[in-house]
Amino acid sequence: MTIKAATGQLAAVREFIAKRAEEFGFNEKQISDIRLAVDEACTNIIKHAYDYDESKKVEIKTGYRNDRLWVSLSDTGEAFKPENYSKPDLRKQMKSRKRGGVGVYLIKKLMDEVEYSQEADVNVIRMYKNRS
Amino acid sequence: MKNFDINQREIEQVQVLDISGELDAHTASKLEDSLKTLIDKKKNKIIVNCRNLEYIASAGLGVFMAYIEDVRGMGGDIKLTNMNDKVYNVFDLLGFPTLYDILDDEEEAIEQFNNSAQ
Repeated sequence: MTIKAATGQLAAVREFIAKRAEEFGFNEKQISDIRLAVDEACTNIIKHAYDYDESKKVEIKTGYRNDRLWVSLSDTGEAFKPENYSKPDLRKQMKSRKRGGVGVYLIKKLMDEVEYSQEADVNVIRMYKNRS
Repeated sequence: MKNFDINQREIEQVQVLDISGELDAHTASKLEDSLKTLIDKKKNKIIVNCRNLEYIASAGLGVFMAYIEDVRGMGGDIKLTNMNDKVYNVFDLLGFPTLYDILDDEEEAIEQFNNSAQ
């Protein structure tokens, strides 16, 4: 599916990916994990790659192979640099009233594997979840 | 499509926000507005009852992270109650239970507020 980069689209994205995960035979807990990971990835693109520019698009693809679901999200915005990312320190963030930065951490925790790539102007995050 | 709603009550000078539906980057601003309004009115005993909360993403958690210090700075707290397992799991993944008061029941939270006031 392709959506415009707007947070109002997130509910539809979650519904789409949950349906696919269910079709592929994932259990309820796994479906919850996948749904949240995809929401976080999509939110990060809308916020960080596109800075809420609703004229931009996010393309979401999914497939299933060898007992494994993959989901990819593509954008043409600012690239995410995983090497600049560090695990969030919640206590510190609370003290300084900061928020955010936890989406990437959650995605890593919820999925079995996450890859970032760039080709020409397109950034892709691709994540995998094993069924068993 | 499911939405997100907030209902506000007051019990023994404790402000209770009943939140329901799905809390994500789109709906988080609603919760933020409610918390801000309470803080502006110097209300420092806040319970967020999550009984009907079906989903939470990190944008929702971020709202709690942004305001907890303000409320604690006024001598109060934001206590979270009645979460279902799925929602609790997200808080747990991020280590919230060591930093926030997450309780099974709203009554427990009210009791704690009352005890700390004495």
